[in-house]
Amino acid sequence: MELTERHIEGLKELLYKMADDLLIMGHRNSEWTGLGPVLEEDIAFSSMAQDKLGQSLALFELLHELGENIPDIVAFTRNDKQFHNCHLVEMPIGEYDFSLARHYLFDHADAIRFAMLENSSFEGLSMISRKFRGEIKYHTMHAEAWMKQLSQGTEESKARMQSALNAAFPLALGIFEEGNYEAELKEAGIFEGEAALKSLWLKMVISELQKHGYNLPDTNDVTPTLGGRKGFHTEHLQPLLNEMSEVFQIDPGADW
Amino acid sequence: MIIKSLDPRITRAALDDESKDGAQQPMDQWLTYEVFQQKKRGTHHVHVGSLHAPDAELAILFAKEQYARRGQCVNLWVVKTADVSATEYEDEDIFATTPEKKYREPEVYKVMDRIQAFKAKQNS
Repeated sequence: MELTERHIEGLKELLYKMADDLLIMGHRNSEWTGLGPVLEEDIAFSSMAQDKLGQSLALFELLHELGENIPDIVAFTRNDKQFHNCHLVEMPIGEYDFSLARHYLFDHADAIRFAMLENSSFEGLSMISRKFRGEIKYHTMHAEAWMKQLSQGTEESKARMQSALNAAFPLALGIFEEGNYEAELKEAGIFEGEAALKSLWLKMVISELQKHGYNLPDTNDVTPTLGGRKGFHTEHLQPLLNEMSEVFQIDPGADW
Repeated sequence: MIIKSLDPRITRAALDDESKDGAQQPMDQWLTYEVFQQKKRGTHHVHVGSLHAPDAELAILFAKEQYARRGQCVNLWVVKTADVSATEYEDEDIFATTPEKKYREPEVYKVMDRIQAFKAKQNS
């Protein structure tokens, strides 16, 4: 079908929130580089952080094709109010239990979102979704392996992971904050929407976590952390952006 | 004292500068696994190194990033280092005369084939 201006706006909104989630998640997770619990895990976690930056770059490139500025400018020159990531990804890394719970909840949502987008009518998006399928599969395998391992470790490891999940869950529900163009995206076959994604995600993580002996809080008892998609953020995002863009800001015109 | 560093990640981590001494506790020290990588289907898995992991599942996940993050790979094996049986270095002499036994190397036959062919050509 012929895309109207509203479809394009909806598409850009979708690409921006996905790209921002991945950029901020990638940067946050890279803060573990050199500090991971053991060398092997440090390497794996850092490598996945790099993957996320690569995925965000691919999305920023699609935005550039739609008329937005080049990826470096978009990534490094906006302030927090211009970012559309959910609060989950901007929270500090905390202890490794929180980082793992976030990795598990976020990456499963990301995997389902990209799987849905493999059938997107917007070819650029369906192409990169297929391209990143294996990469993202590894991320969810890694996340699930740790949830399983720590559920079978000691009483402490299981209790810590359960409380980390409880803390991350309301934040994770913020991933599915609806945009202004849900109907348009669905109508054009670009994306089935946040509500559809959320119900698939809930079904998957609840059953998988139950298998490993965890329980997620009841969604009726939890208030999702919203606002990120509309540019409202916690005090943690701007310092992250300052640090992330520090080198770029020294000489914005530099040729890399 | 807490370490202050130019790297903000180090400062944020609030690391103690007193190095910890003493032996590793059992839970701090994992097993080692040997990693074998197959670059193409049908070729041999080749030993590429070892790593620490609590079990085979995580050993495979770690091996993927540690040894297969660059270049081609289609399959990985991990084997507990403890499960590998090996010859003793003090018995290294069992291999001592092997390099002399050129006739066991297929290259020799190839050369011989060519020599025979050359001779046959000369005589014809």
